[in-house]
Amino acid sequence: MTAQTANGGTIALTYREAVRAALREALEADPRVFLMGEDVGRYGGCYAVSTGLLAEFGPERIRDTPLSESSFVGAGIGAALGGMRPIVEIMTVNFSLLAIDQIVNNAATIRHMSGGQFSIPLVIRMATGGGRQLAAQHSHSLEGWYAHIPGIRVVTPATLEDARGMLASALACPDPVLIFENALLYNDKGEIPADAGAVDIDRAAIRRPGRDVSLITYGGSLGKTLAAAESLAGQGVDAEVVDLRTLRPLDDATILGSVRRTRRAVIVDEGWRSVGIAAEIMARIMEQAFYDLDAPVARVCSEEVPIPYAKHLEDAALPQTDKIIRAVEHLMGNHG
Amino acid sequence: MTPTEATNDDRPALPERAQALDLLRGMIRIRRFEEKCAELYSAMKIRGFLHLCIGEEAIPVGVMPTLVPEDAIVATYREHGHALARGMPMGAVMAEMYGKAGGCSRGRGGSMHLFDAATRFYGGNAIVGGGLPLAVGLALAERMQGRPNVAACFFGEGAVAEGEFHESMNLAALWNLPVLFLCENNLYAMGTALQLSESNTDIHAKAASYGMTSEAVDAMDVLAVGAAARRATEAIRAGEGPYFLELRTYRFRPHSMFDPELYRNKEEVEAWKQRGPIVTFSQRLREAGLLDDAALAGIEAEVAREVDAAVAFAEASEWEPVGDLARDVYTEEDAA
Ligand SMILES: Cc1ncc(C[n+]2csc(CCOP(=O)(O)OP(=O)(O)O)c2C)c(N)n1
Repeated sequence: MTAQTANGGTIALTYREAVRAALREALEADPRVFLMGEDVGRYGGCYAVSTGLLAEFGPERIRDTPLSESSFVGAGIGAALGGMRPIVEIMTVNFSLLAIDQIVNNAATIRHMSGGQFSIPLVIRMATGGGRQLAAQHSHSLEGWYAHIPGIRVVTPATLEDARGMLASALACPDPVLIFENALLYNDKGEIPADAGAVDIDRAAIRRPGRDVSLITYGGSLGKTLAAAESLAGQGVDAEVVDLRTLRPLDDATILGSVRRTRRAVIVDEGWRSVGIAAEIMARIMEQAFYDLDAPVARVCSEEVPIPYAKHLEDAALPQTDKIIRAVEHLMGNHG
Repeated sequence: MTPTEATNDDRPALPERAQALDLLRGMIRIRRFEEKCAELYSAMKIRGFLHLCIGEEAIPVGVMPTLVPEDAIVATYREHGHALARGMPMGAVMAEMYGKAGGCSRGRGGSMHLFDAATRFYGGNAIVGGGLPLAVGLALAERMQGRPNVAACFFGEGAVAEGEFHESMNLAALWNLPVLFLCENNLYAMGTALQLSESNTDIHAKAASYGMTSEAVDAMDVLAVGAAARRATEAIRAGEGPYFLELRTYRFRPHSMFDPELYRNKEEVEAWKQRGPIVTFSQRLREAGLLDDAALAGIEAEVAREVDAAVAFAEASEWEPVGDLARDVYTEEDAA
């Protein structure tokens, strides 16, 4: 494929290619693994993630489905119960709403409801996020909603290493794992070690250490947040950037460890502000680190509108680097 | 709606005596178990929703002998009969009704969510239509692993109005999967009569429109159910793909324990009771000289002992410690 071996034992590739490499490796490693979803085969995946895999693995294992999110997600659950290791691709999080019954009422409950008799080793991948002028039915960030549900795990690979490595860990997990791939990341390019493989899906990661404020984010907002941190460094503010990586279960230890060091926190979340994952993280900081804070915890989220089409409106609706910078300035100015 | 009589010549021939008495015993077992459940509900030993299948016993008792232990089963919240006929221990089922740790779902499921790994019983599902995609997936897993087993899926005719029904019909037929669809048409979904919810009340014709073999069966006759299920499972095992049985039956009791039955009149219920699966089958056995008062009394006494023992087991079973509340939300990975 297009990923080329470079010198120094690294390869250059895109996020899309990293996910594809992970898929290929999983399909090669375990005959129980198969990929199913709308247009994953002949079309090559609506984001071209699975391009070429049909030719390599055939239509049984690269399984095109009809437009029936509920039944093919439910079939993934049934197949997992029956001994397979399905990877179900849903085109976008918006369409996952047609399968939410299966995810919430079956995938998340059967382990508990059966008194521990049945596990569901199912992986569901879907694209999420805005920023592509696709308007209000293709731009949602509902991963925070899913993180509300006990019984499932929610992971959000934001880097090439995680795009490459989280799938294997998700497949090794005996319970349902939802992987949210921010669609803006698919074209991200970079180098990763040629032998990159499984990564843990339990811990948040500090992507940029800093002393003055913790910027806590995930997924498509990581790049914007790192850019904000670079810019703030120019103003003498040393920001730490925490990549949550996993939204359920949240890694309290890393989040709170960072906040206790920096004594300030801004949460950056592409979900809407009200009742979102940002609110949950703020609550945990309040519960566990209130007396360590030098300032109220702040958040930069999406504005409370269905994501609009026009570029300038969409930009205004989503978290952006300048908004993050302003939020930090405000925090430092008022309380620094 | 009034019952339609099958003419005597339509009826399948009686099996030999031992087998015939097994069928009768199987139905009486379910009937007496559920009558005891209703009593225990009034005594507040059983709580939550309790849906009895009284009147419909010919379905589980007719179908189960055509399945092998390796086949998978998905059922609904009205599944006591299916669980018992499948061979789940009556004590574990009763203890589940009590919410005890000795219950088949450790008290996490209750009447609507009986599970049993040993008999591949994948639950009572309380989302109308929610079990159908699971059965499709279980069948897919059988096929992909080269196993000759069937996934049997019980559901009410109310599910036919749900999208998950149509999606699952399509997927099972499209992929030629070994699913046995068992639609228990008892003419009412709670208080909504079939003709008030379906533009076309001929349910088996709907299934046929998806290109699978489909039959309507007089499900007040345990032999007719058994014969149809035999045809169906043989066809499925021969690789002919999914098979649909519309099992025409009637529920003698209210929908659940909270139903004043405003939507149907007593005469209708009485007319159906005349055709009840236990009375008619007993009558036929008597006419054929296969059953007398002493034999019936013997069956009743044997069943009464089993029901008493199940109640004693449930009474004696422990409550799950509250400290174990969060157990089995995720799979605990012990050193495996
Ligand atoms: C998706 C969904 N909608 C509504 C209900 C509430 N409800 C429970 S049982 C029932 C009737 C279902 O009737 P049917 O499928 O014919 O099965 P029956 O109860 O007659 O066995 C309804 C509406 C539900 N459990 N799930």
